[in-house]
Amino acid sequence: MVATQEYKVIGTRPIRHDGLDKVTGRAIYGADVKLPDMLYGFVLRSPHAHARIRSIDTSAAEAMPGVVAVMTANDMPEAADELVDLGEGAINFSHASDHIMAMSKAKFKGHPVAAVAATSTNVAREAVAAIKVDWEVLKSAVTVDEALAPDAPVILDGWVGDDLGEKSTKPNVGSHFRHEFGDIEKGFADSTTIIEHRYDLAMVHQGYIEPHNGTAIWDQEDRVRLWTSTQGAFTVRTQLAGILQLDESRIKVTPTEIGGGFGGKIPIYVEPLAAILSKKSGGKPVRILMDRPEVFEATGPTPGGWVSVRLGVKDRKIIAGDADIRFDAGGFPGSPVGAAAMCVFSCYDIENTRIDGWDIIVNKPKTAAYRAPGSTHVAYAIECIIDEICEELDLDPIQFRLDNASKEGTRRGDGPIFPRIGNIETLEAARDSAHWNAPLDKNPGNGNVRGRGIANGYWFNVGLKSSVNLSVNTDGTVMLIEGSTDIGGTRASIAMQAAEVLGIRAEDIIPTVVDTDSVGYTDVTGGSRTTYATGFAAYKAAQNLIDELTARAATIWDIPEDEVVFEDGKFSSKSDPELSMTFKEIAGKLNETGGPVSSTGAVDLENAGGGFAVHICDLEIDPETGKTDVIRYTAVQDVGKAIHPSYVEGQMQGGAVQGIGWALNEEYFMSDDGQMVNSSYLDYRMPTSLDLPEIETVIVEVPNPIHPFGVRGVGEPPIVPPVAAIANAINDALGIRLREAPMNPGRILEALKEKNG
Amino acid sequence: MVDKVHVKTTINGQEYEFLVEPYMSLLETLRDVLNLTGTKEGCNDGNCGACTVEMNGRIVDSCCVLGAEVNGGTINTIEGMATAEGLHPLQQAFLEEAALQCGICTPGFLISAKSLLEREPDADEHRIRYWLAGNLCRCTGYDKIIKAVQKTQATA
Repeated sequence: MVATQEYKVIGTRPIRHDGLDKVTGRAIYGADVKLPDMLYGFVLRSPHAHARIRSIDTSAAEAMPGVVAVMTANDMPEAADELVDLGEGAINFSHASDHIMAMSKAKFKGHPVAAVAATSTNVAREAVAAIKVDWEVLKSAVTVDEALAPDAPVILDGWVGDDLGEKSTKPNVGSHFRHEFGDIEKGFADSTTIIEHRYDLAMVHQGYIEPHNGTAIWDQEDRVRLWTSTQGAFTVRTQLAGILQLDESRIKVTPTEIGGGFGGKIPIYVEPLAAILSKKSGGKPVRILMDRPEVFEATGPTPGGWVSVRLGVKDRKIIAGDADIRFDAGGFPGSPVGAAAMCVFSCYDIENTRIDGWDIIVNKPKTAAYRAPGSTHVAYAIECIIDEICEELDLDPIQFRLDNASKEGTRRGDGPIFPRIGNIETLEAARDSAHWNAPLDKNPGNGNVRGRGIANGYWFNVGLKSSVNLSVNTDGTVMLIEGSTDIGGTRASIAMQAAEVLGIRAEDIIPTVVDTDSVGYTDVTGGSRTTYATGFAAYKAAQNLIDELTARAATIWDIPEDEVVFEDGKFSSKSDPELSMTFKEIAGKLNETGGPVSSTGAVDLENAGGGFAVHICDLEIDPETGKTDVIRYTAVQDVGKAIHPSYVEGQMQGGAVQGIGWALNEEYFMSDDGQMVNSSYLDYRMPTSLDLPEIETVIVEVPNPIHPFGVRGVGEPPIVPPVAAIANAINDALGIRLREAPMNPGRILEALKEKNG
Repeated sequence: MVDKVHVKTTINGQEYEFLVEPYMSLLETLRDVLNLTGTKEGCNDGNCGACTVEMNGRIVDSCCVLGAEVNGGTINTIEGMATAEGLHPLQQAFLEEAALQCGICTPGFLISAKSLLEREPDADEHRIRYWLAGNLCRCTGYDKIIKAVQKTQATA
C-alpha cells in the first residue's frame, strides 16, 4: 500500500537549509563555542570499576598556577530523590547527581570524582593529575549473571529494587517486571514444535563522532547559561534544574549543532560540572570537552546482557511465547528493558505470551538510549528462533512471518492493541524485492562460503511535546522557529510540512533551532519523533497562519471572513473571482493592512504509530580466518510517508550499518576487573566505508492515520533487524547458529572448529 | 611553562604567523590558536579522520601532527574549499545527494575526497571506499557519501 495523496513539497528532495554551513565548516558545534575570558575544564575519573573514596586531596591542584577552581561531589547541591520523565527514559535526580560526580563510591571506571577549571586545557589536565584520591578498591560485577550471583558485591548502597511488586532480596536488581496474557502453559502444552534459546549481547556504544561538551556561565544572580550539543535543550534544562537545584526559568540552554547522538546525547554529563566550576570561578565561562576514551568509558552505551526466548508452534502458527530479558543497566538502574519488553513479540500475533524484564545494576557506565533501545537485543533472539522454526519445519521464512504477522487489532505483548500498522506490507515488499528474488551463489569458488538471512524488527516510536512559531516576511518567505535539535535533516523535513500547508516552496521557509528562552517546550530529538511531532506542530502553526491571513484578506477586501478560501496557495473570494492573492502577494500587503502576522503550533501527542523494518543480508565468510563481509544488503521499511526521501533513506542506511557493526564487531571488551580495554576507535572498530557494500533501500508507505501527512517515525526501526539478519545469514552459509554477539572472526572460527571437530 | 615556537605558514592561501606551544597538535593549533574551527575533533588519536587537512599536498590527521611542524609549509582546510566563485563541486554534490546527516565528519570527508579526485579522477567505487576508509561516519552508512563522490566524478 502506498500513500496516494498528491503533494507539491512533501516527497521532493530539496537541499537542506543547514547544509551550506555544514559543508563549509561554518556550522557551530559544541566544541566550537568560545566565549570571552573562558576557562577550560577537565574531569578526574575513577581508574577503578568499583571503589570507595576514603578521601580526596585537591590542595596540590588548587596551588597550581593557572588553576581557578576545583570541585568535588561536596560542591554538588543535594538533589531530590524523585523520578522525572525525559521523553525517552526517566531520571532520578539523586542518582543523576551521584552519577555526574561520585559522592562516596565510584560505580564504574570513568566515574567522575573531581574537576578543575584553568586557563588552558593543558593546565587543567595537569591539575587533575595532581589530585590525590585514597581508594578502597572493591570487588566488581560487570555482567548480569555476576551481579545476580549470591556473592555479588552491593553496587548501589541502600538501593532496594522492585521484584514483581515485592522488595527484591538481591541488591543489584534495579527492577523485575512481567507482562502476561493468555494461558502460556496451555499454549506450550498444545504446541507441536517448541524452540528455546538464550542469546547474549555485549554492551555497545552509539559511537557518534562528536564527543560530549558543555560551556556554562553561572552568574552572581544565580542565572545559568549553557551551550551544549544535545538532543534536547529543554531536557537538558530539566536535568540541570534538578541537579543544580535551580528553577528552570533561571536556566537558558542554547543547543549548538550536534555531531550525532542516537539517544546518547539525551543525558547530561559534563554540563553541570562546567556550571559549578563557573560559579566557583566568579561567573567566568567554563568549557569542558570530553575526549574519546571518556566518551566510551563514562557516557551511556546500550546494555549488554541476554535474552532467552521460547516459542511454541502448532499448524504453522505461533501459539505461545515466553521471553526472559536481562539487561545490564550500568552503575545505576534504568536500562531500556521496558522498551525491549514492548518490542519482543511485536512482529507477531501470539495468543499466549509472558515477558519477564530484569534491569540489573553492574559496574559499567550507566546505559542510555541507543536507537530503538532494547529492540535490537530482543530481535536477535526472536528472529533467529523464527528462522530455526522455519528450518526445522521447512517453511519459507517470509511466508511464515506473514502467516503470523501482527496487524491492526493484534494485542502487543505488553498490552496495547495495534492501530493501523504496516508489518504485512513491509514483509510483502521484502518478498517482492529485487534482492530477495536474486539467486545467491553459495560457493563462489574462492574457498569462501556465502549465505542469506532475513529478519524483521519493530519500534513503537513516540509522540510527545513540540512547539513551532511562524512569522511572515513581507517578501513572502516564512521564519520557522523550533526547539528540535537537527541531527539529520529535520529543519528540512519540518519546514517542508509547513511549506506544504502554506503553498510555498521549502526554500521559502527559513527554519532556526533556538534556545529554551525563545520557543515553547519541545521534547528531545529521539524516539523517532521529530519529523512526526515537530512536523505536526509546524502543520498546526501553518494552519493557524492561514487562519490569520484569511482574516487579513477579508479585511483587505472588506468582505466577511467566511467568504475567503485558501486553495492551491491562493486566497480568493467565494463570490468575486476578481479577488485573489497568492501567499506572496498578501505577505507584501501586511505592513499596510494591520501589521505583521505570526502564529504558533504546539502538540502533545500520546501516540505515534509504530514502524516495521525487514532487512535482507547476503554475506561471504572466509572459513580460514572467520572474516565476514556483507556483500549485499537491503533495508525495507514502512515509514508512513517519506517527507524528504533522501533523508529517510539515509536513516535506513545509517541504522542498518550501525546494526552491522553491532553484529560483527563492536563490543565493550571488559577485563576481569571491570576495565573497558578497547576504549579507542582503533580498538572498538566501527564499520568503515571499505567494510560495506551499497545499502539498498525500499520505502514502504502505509500512512499513519493520526498524522496529517501520514508520517511514522523513521530513525529507529532500521537498527533492529541487522544483528538477527546477519546471524541468520551466517547460519545459511555455515550451518552454525551463533548465539552471542558480536559474531566476530574468533567466534566464527571457534564454532567452525567445534562443528568440524 | 615551556617557550612557544614561532611558526610561519600558508593556510588556505593566506600567510599566517603565530606562536604555539611545542606540544600542541596542528588540530589544536587550527582550532584554538587560529580559530579555524571547521576542522573537527572526533578522537584525537588518528582514527576517525574528522580532523583531516591537506598538509604540503598530502592529507593528514591534524591531531597527529604538531602545530610547530607546519612552519614553512602549506595547509588547506575546509574553510578554504569554497571560494568567492562558489562551492567546490564536491560540496555541491554532498548537498544534492544528502551525503551528510549530523555533519561533524563532513569537513574531513570533503578534504579526503578532494585529495582523491585530484590524484585519481577515475577512481572506481572500491577505490573510493578504500581512500575514504580513514574517515568515520556514524550517521549515513557511507552510501550517500560514496554516491556524492561518484556524482562529482560524473559531472567533472
